[in-house]
Amino acid sequence: MKVGVLALQGAFSRHATLLDRVGVTPVEVRTPGQLADVDALVMPGGESTTMSMLLEISGLREPLADRLAGGMPVLGTCAGLILLARNVADGRSDQRSFGVIDIDVRRNGYGRQLDSFEADLDVAGFDLPFHGVFIRAPVVERVGGEVEVLARVDGLAVFCRQGPVTVAAFHPELTGDTRLHERFVEAL
Amino acid sequence: MSDVTRATGTQLVKRGLAEMLKGGVIMDVVDPEQAKIAEDAGAVAVMALERVPSDIRRDGGVARMSDPEMVEGIKAAVTIPVMAKARIGHFAEAQILQSLGVDYVDESEVLTPADEAHHIDKWAFDVPFVCGATDLGEALRRISEGACLIRSKGEAGTGNIVEAVRHLRSIMGDIAKVTRADQAELFDWAKRLQSPLPLVQEIAETGELPVPMFCAGGIATPADASLVMQLGAQSVFVGSGIFKSDDPAPRARAIVEATTNYRDPVILAKVSRGLGRAMPGLEMDTLETRLADRGW
Repeated sequence: MKVGVLALQGAFSRHATLLDRVGVTPVEVRTPGQLADVDALVMPGGESTTMSMLLEISGLREPLADRLAGGMPVLGTCAGLILLARNVADGRSDQRSFGVIDIDVRRNGYGRQLDSFEADLDVAGFDLPFHGVFIRAPVVERVGGEVEVLARVDGLAVFCRQGPVTVAAFHPELTGDTRLHERFVEAL
Repeated sequence: MSDVTRATGTQLVKRGLAEMLKGGVIMDVVDPEQAKIAEDAGAVAVMALERVPSDIRRDGGVARMSDPEMVEGIKAAVTIPVMAKARIGHFAEAQILQSLGVDYVDESEVLTPADEAHHIDKWAFDVPFVCGATDLGEALRRISEGACLIRSKGEAGTGNIVEAVRHLRSIMGDIAKVTRADQAELFDWAKRLQSPLPLVQEIAETGELPVPMFCAGGIATPADASLVMQLGAQSVFVGSGIFKSDDPAPRARAIVEATTNYRDPVILAKVSRGLGRAMPGLEMDTLETRLADRGW
């Protein structure tokens, strides 16, 4: 089982470190060839506008859309969540998302950096709280009927799953807590 | 009333934004039009300043924080993070920038220093700070003052990469040496680096700075970006290199692609083609002012 980490920009090396810790060898994905070689993918936090542009230039956009349509398991955090969502508000007009999880999100919906925060979250299936770090985080404004919400902040979904697609508005890669990555890898 | 306890302005949250900017390009901009061009080209953030370093060099005079109106215009023009420069030691400028809601403050040697002995107490702020460094000791002193991101200084406004390389090699080289030192030697390292012992011990254990390290000062081409990334920088700041070149937008985009694919010479060759003239560069021994010497 090969798990790729989309390595165009952002906190990809932090995700790779956690994947390594839960026992899988991560593969950095920057080209269509590298994507073809992995069984699952992590899409990290970073700037979604930058990643979106690099997806086009690198020729990854179409093959990645095909793999996602084919049911490849994927974990998206923050910018990754935005790229996987059905609809994106406050993005750039030319920004396109893959639309493989039925949620609507607002970019930087929690505000700018001064509003960035950390908080303990109650996560479905975890005995102890999970420490969530939210950096200029997106707000999930609508959740479709097929989407399972695994954690909320003030009533708003921050961790969701729909079939093979798991997304978090926070950054599990910034803490040493491996439970979220373990859960993703165990389901593969 | 919130159902969770939110902690803001913490080290984790401040360093977290720097983590999100890794593998990216932060571009100097002086107005909203340039900020739009930078965002269109794939910048991960823009840096607002009054004049780009090569103009500061040419025109002289005291270089200060941008006009708040300009900072707000730039914030309104783009969706990516906005950083802004304050003078070294000028905590009032930093307070103003924080009140404007910028995402990062750069306490920068490119502007004219306001204090010849003291840097800003960055722990007193909720907004995170980036600071320049020429060597490991300077980096650790800035981190001990609360900086959450370090950039090697290079020599801004020259289009000459030689100083950036010197500073990166110095920082990375000393980190490697500290990692090999035994416990007794670490006391001497702390003394030589004029840095707090606990930070030196942390580097000995982890083999890296406790905060991300980016590179600034002299990057003018995609190849320059690749060079400094291969030397250990985790992102690049580009100042005069973009908007003082013949054709800023394609060059900006090429430097973004080069930063992602910094280890792939085939892609680097492709993106380096036909970009027009880079900014005119300067030899170090012709400089009247060495900006990197500012900071203590």
